[in-house]
Amino acid sequence: MEPVDLIYKAIYILSIFGVTLLIATYSTYAERKVAAFIQDRIGPNRAGPFGLLQPLADAGKMFFKEEFIPANSNRALFILGPGIAMLIACMSSAVIPFGDMLLVGGREVYLQAIEVNIGMLYVFGVVSLGVYGLMIGGWASNNKFSLLGAIRAASQNISYELAMGLAIIAILMISGSLSLREIAAQQVGFNWNIWYQPLGFLIFLVCAFAETNRAPFDLPECETELIGGYHTEFSSMKLGLYLFAEYINIFVASAVMATLYFGAYNFPFMENLRAAIDDPVTANNVVTIVGLVVMFAKIFFFIFFFMWVRWTLPRFRYDQLMKLGWQILIPLSILNIILTGGGILLKENLF
Amino acid sequence: MTENLFYFLSSLTLLCALMVVISKNPVHSVLFLIITFFTISGHYILLNAQFLAAVNIIVYAGAIMVLFLFVIMFLNMGKEKETIKTSTMSKVAGTIAGGLLFVVMIAALKDADVVGYNPDTYTSQTGMVESLGSVLFRDYLLPFELASILFLVAMVGAVMLGKKEAGEQHF
Repeated sequence: MEPVDLIYKAIYILSIFGVTLLIATYSTYAERKVAAFIQDRIGPNRAGPFGLLQPLADAGKMFFKEEFIPANSNRALFILGPGIAMLIACMSSAVIPFGDMLLVGGREVYLQAIEVNIGMLYVFGVVSLGVYGLMIGGWASNNKFSLLGAIRAASQNISYELAMGLAIIAILMISGSLSLREIAAQQVGFNWNIWYQPLGFLIFLVCAFAETNRAPFDLPECETELIGGYHTEFSSMKLGLYLFAEYINIFVASAVMATLYFGAYNFPFMENLRAAIDDPVTANNVVTIVGLVVMFAKIFFFIFFFMWVRWTLPRFRYDQLMKLGWQILIPLSILNIILTGGGILLKENLF
Repeated sequence: MTENLFYFLSSLTLLCALMVVISKNPVHSVLFLIITFFTISGHYILLNAQFLAAVNIIVYAGAIMVLFLFVIMFLNMGKEKETIKTSTMSKVAGTIAGGLLFVVMIAALKDADVVGYNPDTYTSQTGMVESLGSVLFRDYLLPFELASILFLVAMVGAVMLGKKEAGEQHF
């Protein structure tokens, strides 16, 4: 690899990291504003114009609070837990193609940090590791409520991972590739996977809610039963890291959904836009930049959707959660695989 | 570079695997086992087998070890470690059994020669998903399907064992 490429990669990885953290920070603000809107309140409006500095004020408060470690906790793992949650949350955005290719001075610059041919499996692997931060933190607190929260998180994640994996298999059947860049490139224009996989998308969406521990699946931290669940004993920035990791997970889940089902950076009439500009280099760059904006618009829509659901739907009961996962979503996703297989065969033989 | 990486990964693997056995706390053992799986995945990546590396993490670190941790957290074994005493007899028996296994392994590996790769026939695509898929579904289709039947039988067995028993009726 040439030094220029290396420098570009470093800049891109750093900027993705920064953008991830920025979006997660402002998701907390957006969450409170959305909640306020839905409940007919005003929401944060004191810190800065429209309360825009509220996330910074929150972070400052978190950092200056007392850091309390329970006497009989497992000290090392208690500190490690939030760190693991944060580390794993930040890992998965590496393979997501946020945009197509820019041509800068005759050099092809892809707007994706790492292109691996197992991109989808990488995301899935990182998602499946996400539960360790919760489990370790919950267990190390040496508190019954925390332990119950951790156990709930583990069983919930394992149950919904299965349905999620099966929903992804249907996508892989029609795309024939594990690489996220290729899956994104196949959905050119308005040829998005959602038209072929509506059922698969629904299953994936429900599983994404469960994997990120968001309402209506936020049983690991449900206040009415478990006080605060796995983060009962955590205070100061350790609690902040757990909450922050949840928002990063929401961002990544939204990005993955946009990439897999909603055409990533593709938008309708992109070929018309490309043809309308004479200079091919400018045309490519304009289309790519519009695509980048479109991608982030899709991600923001999904983040909004996560919040919308949280403030609209009540929480499931635990047996309902398990029943939904094992008895409804898994059979449905197997049905989806069979339907997709049938569809592929029909398309090959009839058309 | 690759060689240094290999030695680093290998020593880390051995160290973590050793810590699995040495740690007093079972939760620490499980966590060290998870790190061991990660380092093994690192070895797979060094061997250019990305698919195997990812699947190793998903299946072992992501699913099986979560269940291990789940069970161990419920058992809460760390608390009553004073009550578990290993008798001298079992220590001696363990040493002899382990030593014998070690001797067998040395005997088996003594005359084995390492097959290096041939640069003429080597393709970097061997470990990739496409070639793995075509090998599994063309050359080894029957064993692959038989293995899936084995898994199905195991699954049915697990469901049978986990089912509630009503009175004298067993199924």
